[in-house]
Amino acid sequence: MAKRDLKRRDFIGLAGAGLTVFFNTRALAQGPAPGGQPPGGRGGSGRGAGGFGGMGAPTDFNAFLRIGADGRVTGFAGKVELGQGLITQLAAVIADELDVAYDSVDMVTGDTDLCPFDMGTFGSMGSSQLAPSVRRAAAEARAVLLQMASERLNSPVARLRVKAGVVTDSADAAKTIAYARLVEGRKIERTMPNTPVKDPKDFQVIGKTPPRKDANVKIAGKAKYAGDFILPGMLHAKLLRPPAKGAALKSVDTSAAEKVPGVRVVKDGDIVAVLHERPDVAAEALAKVKAEFDKPAAGPDNASLADYMIKAAGAPNKSGPGDIAAGERLSASVFDQTWLESYVAHAPIETHTATAQVEDGKVTVWASTQAPFSVRTTISGGLQLPAEKVRVISTYVGGGFGGKADSGAGYALEAARLATLTGTPVQVMCSREEEFFFDTYKPAAVMKIRSGVTSAGKIAFWDAYIIGPGGEQSFFYDVPNLKLASAGGWMGGRGGGGPQVHPMAVGAWRGPAVHSNAFARESQIDVMAAKAGIDPVEFRLNNMTNPRMRRVLEAAARQFGWKSGKAPSGRGFGVACGIYSNGYAANMAEVAVDKTTGEVRVKRVVTAVDVGLQLNPEGLRQQCEGCVTMGLGFCLSEAIQFRGGEILTRNLSDYELPRFSWVPKIDVVLVESSEKNIIGAGELSITPMGGLIANAIYDASGARMTQLPMTPARIKAALARA
Amino acid sequence: MERTISFRLNGKPASVKTDDGRMLLWVLRSDLGLTGTKFGCGESVCGACTVVVGNQAVRSCSTPLKDVAGKEVLTIEGLGQTRLHAVQQAFLDHDAFQCGFCTPGMIMNAYALLKKTPRPTRAQIVQAMDGNLCRCGAHVRILAAIEEAAGAGKAGA
Repeated sequence: MAKRDLKRRDFIGLAGAGLTVFFNTRALAQGPAPGGQPPGGRGGSGRGAGGFGGMGAPTDFNAFLRIGADGRVTGFAGKVELGQGLITQLAAVIADELDVAYDSVDMVTGDTDLCPFDMGTFGSMGSSQLAPSVRRAAAEARAVLLQMASERLNSPVARLRVKAGVVTDSADAAKTIAYARLVEGRKIERTMPNTPVKDPKDFQVIGKTPPRKDANVKIAGKAKYAGDFILPGMLHAKLLRPPAKGAALKSVDTSAAEKVPGVRVVKDGDIVAVLHERPDVAAEALAKVKAEFDKPAAGPDNASLADYMIKAAGAPNKSGPGDIAAGERLSASVFDQTWLESYVAHAPIETHTATAQVEDGKVTVWASTQAPFSVRTTISGGLQLPAEKVRVISTYVGGGFGGKADSGAGYALEAARLATLTGTPVQVMCSREEEFFFDTYKPAAVMKIRSGVTSAGKIAFWDAYIIGPGGEQSFFYDVPNLKLASAGGWMGGRGGGGPQVHPMAVGAWRGPAVHSNAFARESQIDVMAAKAGIDPVEFRLNNMTNPRMRRVLEAAARQFGWKSGKAPSGRGFGVACGIYSNGYAANMAEVAVDKTTGEVRVKRVVTAVDVGLQLNPEGLRQQCEGCVTMGLGFCLSEAIQFRGGEILTRNLSDYELPRFSWVPKIDVVLVESSEKNIIGAGELSITPMGGLIANAIYDASGARMTQLPMTPARIKAALARA
Repeated sequence: MERTISFRLNGKPASVKTDDGRMLLWVLRSDLGLTGTKFGCGESVCGACTVVVGNQAVRSCSTPLKDVAGKEVLTIEGLGQTRLHAVQQAFLDHDAFQCGFCTPGMIMNAYALLKKTPRPTRAQIVQAMDGNLCRCGAHVRILAAIEEAAGAGKAGA
């Protein structure tokens, strides 16, 4: 323990005067992610080791806050603001538990020198794990301050009240002192562990809608993303890239590029880079580089992918506890269906970008990453530098969705290497083509489900083999004979998930695995309900006792105005449910299908969610709306086109993202929860989207869609079969 | 061709000596240090680089510098310098952004729309904004913000 205390003291020395409170979220630093999935195989063997900021500080805390002599409170956390509202949420928690004005709280995030270690920002863990520990720490800080005030004012703690950071004796209003005065010019190290947190009914900010902390800079164009650091003497690097994954460089001729005035060419190991002080000039010069690459081994393309994956997967890896044969004997109807999904890009509007600078042997990299500490590990490994000689800063990121979880972080290492080699700051900003090429896609999926329903409309058995995304984590229907097998997973070949079934690098995509499973499961349920002649909501309720799922489904039905009907009713109504990380969602949609063109218009979507304790209802609504809108893309249009290692999708003109004309009316229903923990909503409402839209299309048109995306051509083909 | 191009930038005179065929986006970001205008695709399909030239929203990634010679260029940095513009205020009030990366382009595009069509219908707003991509899914709030900025928030719709 002495070691830990010493290191904390080191840090306090660095942090300066004021009260510093550390807090522990062990699960965030080292433990598994919710749902029993490993935290992500994000490269980096240094996870949990090495501490932060080169101070070698311990990993038993994940954030801390400091109350400065100026009265401002600063919270430090290694997570990253991706637009999900992290800094707003944490500041609100601090303000409420500490009894200070929300406006007086600042957040410092995503800086490996200033913030304690954090594994990365994904899986709604900012809400589910970090926020509760920030809350406990703020409560502890308040207790310490009250103790100090009690000593200073000579009043018992029980008599003290706090408002906006000012402590007053309730029996003697003349006895008053501000937090700022208490901590003035001193470094305070005290702890009061196990301080209780407030009753949610006493919150002033939590549960309301505080203004977003990132709003002013974002609407003024002043928020600085990794590419917005323009350093003196900085060069922009454009790198030679292979035409296909796995294609090795045979020969290169950079002479024409070198003739461009101001261009520097760097060849170092696997890097061939063209640098110039203007990024567009560097890009033009790169186009003059002549290179020959080996042809890589042939691989599958979009058309042959499913067969490739089935072959790679082999037979199901385990049998479940259920007796499938017994279930079949109970079934009046048996259904056997394969559901397919494509590789889908994250396509954040900000491409991967890093700006690197070397000063006095220390490398600083501003990187567009969800995992600055993982990037630091990559860079320190790549440059053979100790971790304390590398600082990674990720203040604002232009969208991540799992695509910036950075297992490889090649772009950041390239910037750091080039800055080291040239002795001048270097920026690497990926082109859109590079962004598509290097993305770790949402896994393609081949999901085979056999199931049966009794004459009473009860599910008798369910036998699933999920190839590609990773298996079901939280099956919530009541099925007596259940078998859930899977092969491969969203972590690809990076550990876990059984055989490598993907010819592509894959990763988490606004939640791992769950939306794929939900597409297959909720579609299969709908097929069964339709065959049984039972309304799909009624069929679901007949087959689930899970109280939280029933509650969100009933809430969605009320808001939507669902009326019982057998599909296809022609109304274009769809329903689907999903669970993500202990959050529950039931979505309903109304769509119209143009049977001539196969085009779908989603008219309205209701998403009813149970996310536990609601920290910031407006923030939750934003996340749910974002999930619904983003979800339309993988349902209707998004699929990476490839041929072997060649990625044919090169720009956003080849890859249609949801746009304003697609957007339905979206109603978010925040359902009161029996769960007192904070769960988060960043990935929840997107979970049921595939099944939702597929089921609504069936109800509108009678076309059962078995493959995402449900493009007009596929819908027309399905209509022709229907 | 290398020459000096002069124009007005955010209300002040500006001139840049460079190849006049270079795209305005990179001149703004790199030569002039105005990084509020973002790169997203380089092919005019995402709208992150939108600026206003004259009264017209243009994609700066595909606008050669020579095209703005003698013209008035407005970027996000030039909007609401003393007081937030109505569009910015409405984006603030509606939380009409998440990651914020597409936001400058959204605001500039909406600004140009309202210059041209002060009282747009919902359909006109959707049509005008359709070429600006947002990946986080802030669309419903952006539409609400623009309606409000146009004074149509309550009366219209």
